[in-house]
Amino acid sequence: MTRYTAVTDADREAMLAAIGVDSVEDLFAAIPADLRLQRPLDLPEGQPEQAVYAHLRELAERNVSAEDELTFLGGGMYDHYVPALIDMLTSRSEFLTPYTPYQPEVSQGGLQVMFEYQTAISELTALPVANASVYEGPSALASAGYLARLAQPAKRRFVISAGVHPHARETLRTYAHGFGAEVVEVPLRDGVTDPDAWAAAIEAGTGAVFVQNPNFYGAVEDVAALAAAGREAGAVVVASYDPITLGILVPPGECGVDVCVGEGQPLGNRLDFGGPSFGFFAATEAYLRRMPGRIAGETVDAEGRRGFVLTLQTREQHIRREKATSNICTAQALNALAGVVYLAWLGRRGIVELGELLLQRTHYAREALCAIDGVEPWHTQPVIREFAVTLPAPVEAVVERCAAEGVNPGLALPEENALLVAITEQRSRADIDRLADVLARALVREEVTA
Amino acid sequence: MSVSTETPLQREEIRTIFEKGAPGRRAFVCPELDVPKVDGLLPDRFRRAQPPRLPEVSEPEIVRHYVRLSKRNFDLDSGFYPLGSCTMKHNPRLHERVTALPGHARLHPFQSPKRAQGALELMWNLERALAEISGLPHVSLQPSAGSHGELAGVLLARAYHEDRGQTRTKVLTPDTAHGTNPATVTMAGLEVVKVGTNPDGGVDLDDLRAKATEDVACLMLTNPNTLGVFDPNIREIADIVHGVGAVLYYDGANLNAIMGITRPGDMGFDIVHFNLHKSFTQPHGGGGPGSGPIAVSDRINPYLMNPRIVKREDGTFDLDEHGYEKSIGRLRGFQGNYGCFVRAYAYIRSLGAAGLRDASETAVLNANYLLARLGEVAEHLPLAFGRLCMHEFVLSGAPMKRELGIRTLDLAKRLLDHGHHPPTVYFPLLVDEALLIEPTETETKEALDAFADAVKAILEEAREDPEIARNAPYSTPVRRLDEAGAAKRPVIRQSLD
Repeated sequence: MTRYTAVTDADREAMLAAIGVDSVEDLFAAIPADLRLQRPLDLPEGQPEQAVYAHLRELAERNVSAEDELTFLGGGMYDHYVPALIDMLTSRSEFLTPYTPYQPEVSQGGLQVMFEYQTAISELTALPVANASVYEGPSALASAGYLARLAQPAKRRFVISAGVHPHARETLRTYAHGFGAEVVEVPLRDGVTDPDAWAAAIEAGTGAVFVQNPNFYGAVEDVAALAAAGREAGAVVVASYDPITLGILVPPGECGVDVCVGEGQPLGNRLDFGGPSFGFFAATEAYLRRMPGRIAGETVDAEGRRGFVLTLQTREQHIRREKATSNICTAQALNALAGVVYLAWLGRRGIVELGELLLQRTHYAREALCAIDGVEPWHTQPVIREFAVTLPAPVEAVVERCAAEGVNPGLALPEENALLVAITEQRSRADIDRLADVLARALVREEVTA
Repeated sequence: MSVSTETPLQREEIRTIFEKGAPGRRAFVCPELDVPKVDGLLPDRFRRAQPPRLPEVSEPEIVRHYVRLSKRNFDLDSGFYPLGSCTMKHNPRLHERVTALPGHARLHPFQSPKRAQGALELMWNLERALAEISGLPHVSLQPSAGSHGELAGVLLARAYHEDRGQTRTKVLTPDTAHGTNPATVTMAGLEVVKVGTNPDGGVDLDDLRAKATEDVACLMLTNPNTLGVFDPNIREIADIVHGVGAVLYYDGANLNAIMGITRPGDMGFDIVHFNLHKSFTQPHGGGGPGSGPIAVSDRINPYLMNPRIVKREDGTFDLDEHGYEKSIGRLRGFQGNYGCFVRAYAYIRSLGAAGLRDASETAVLNANYLLARLGEVAEHLPLAFGRLCMHEFVLSGAPMKRELGIRTLDLAKRLLDHGHHPPTVYFPLLVDEALLIEPTETETKEALDAFADAVKAILEEAREDPEIARNAPYSTPVRRLDEAGAAKRPVIRQSLD
């Protein structure tokens, strides 16, 4: 008996008698003797709760988290403040411990959360149709590729901007190799997708085009223009967005985007070293029946009361099997709950105010860093929450010097010898001034050493 | 005058968060602008004209709204949840506590490996533990859920054959397989070939031999399968599949039956995925998050996803982004669902080898005991295959439907009134009126007895009056819902116009 099981010796005896066998061993008779493991698994011995806690805490203490240093790391996940009410709601047993709402009569809470979440994502993106979440950002983009592949089977060429997150580009390649599409990458020019190369790359056989806004380097892309080039060729236009910017950025639904995806972590989810978070997936009406994943829909019960169910399930793997629009089953419902609660918490005015704050502070930070000798903007495009600067000394060494002073200055991009710096509402002007100070001193020392 | 027995909570008028609040209300207070305001930073053509119509609500309104919604959910912490194939075992709260420690929860995924040594060591240790449990030496924790692990597995099998210059287009899946198996095969650009089931619930060997041809890339198999049957011919199955040069993929959805007892690697499998949210007890979250690591044999190892965790000679850990040139690449961003790794690792450290074996033995004991108790109504709900089961079993409701006039769906709905979550229903597809029941090891004998008694009571009640079950449930926040209407005229977001 472990601390999570409850069968006593007396229970076992009674249960075996009811089953009609002599021992638990007999229940495994179907497993051929030569396939049974003849030794205990080679694992550390089980430990009481307090010992496991101590071990996990010790491991946690050997990580430098956003609690321990002043961090400007971003690149797809961001250290936004997660309000306390999210911890409270996501740890409620009623949300935490059920599974997918297969029995809607006892899952109205979860189903209504999905419905509200879909509404919030639809509002953010200005697209009419959203599912109840997919795994995370990069695989969401790849899933949009599968949607395009099924929608236009004859078109096997995908065009993707080099401004899309490198993990998403790589994930798309992995998926596309499987379902059979060629991926062509279009380079950036002054920090944004080169419009001439973009137009040249898109041809009649192009099934989908992929762009990210703001792009990986923080630059705001002219999505409407890029989308127009894709639409003209009859391609599915896929755009990945940072949801936190959609309070102030023109939404994808107004830019000619067919499918909008993105990483939901900025919306009330912890960093968690990369997951779990959620991916969002929204589209135009035309793609409703091609969507991957769960969708909650409104209906009525036998007495006419408003209620919610999983709907349009004939798209899904458990019904359609090899003809399904996706293989996804378990998605990220709890993380999507955090997302919709966060959006309700921010509210209609808050999401605009937050976007405006990030816009102003990010500009301030770029100016402050570029005032340092030898630091140059990697591009001069508008930025909202993140920007890249090039350094006069090797970026990785500079990052180490700053980290030694308790400041993580951002993500090192060794190929460009650039630093990608992210701003959240948790990084004040004083924090940014400290970053500039520490970075300036690190550069001086690094240049002296060199 | 009649007295209503309905509680306001259960039957309150439902409004969404978008229909609550009032203009001007807020929960978020934005930090003040502490830098000089500069106009025109975002050109007008990029600027949103109208803000998204998010709710305008105060913090107390948000809390009350979602707490009340939560009470319209059934959950594992409140009651028995024998949802077959989903392994709804208890979620230890220790796991939530340790996952929330800032060193884990606020660790940025782009943190330098030098400053994430605790996380990488945890992932390394978890990889080693999963390798030991599966009997397959190489592990990638990256996939986000079981179906994502399946996609990894089929792409790996494909890459293995492609590297040998072979184009193999077919994947064999038994007709008992989870829907994710065939859906995954199509997504990976291959073709599904179904293999039949023999009268004992295992793979039909003759059918397998006939379909195992030189153009087969792999066989996807769950063992024990979705009927709760361990296929005793597994050696022979492996020999047939390997005989034509194909790869064996083990769907680990049912690993909870065999931890420490037998290992997929020892059975001859090349690739296995784990559902950390099942066997290694993650809270299911109402439909995720999950986590679907895979373990593979030496011959599949060169193709595993990047990045890989490496242990250096000095005992430190690193992330190797591009170490394997033949890698199929990435399947998602960053390193996977780390929060799930922390929980699974805590679970393995809590139980150890003996505890994991005990968990599987108890899961199988509990399932067989519940099967025996339900044997008291076998005339209406017979076991579909065999006499004993592994960690779950399938009953057929066909005689019940014929003789008592209630369907499996009706039984499921009436169970809700008895305070139990129903089993998985109408799966697997090859059993008429199927009920797939998985009690897990964390239930007490009393809970199993109560469930069996409820089933018996419902059947007795149906003998008297089948209408009662046909119209169930009665005690839930809503009655049966019009699913056909929902699909016909989809309303999938709140209208704000």
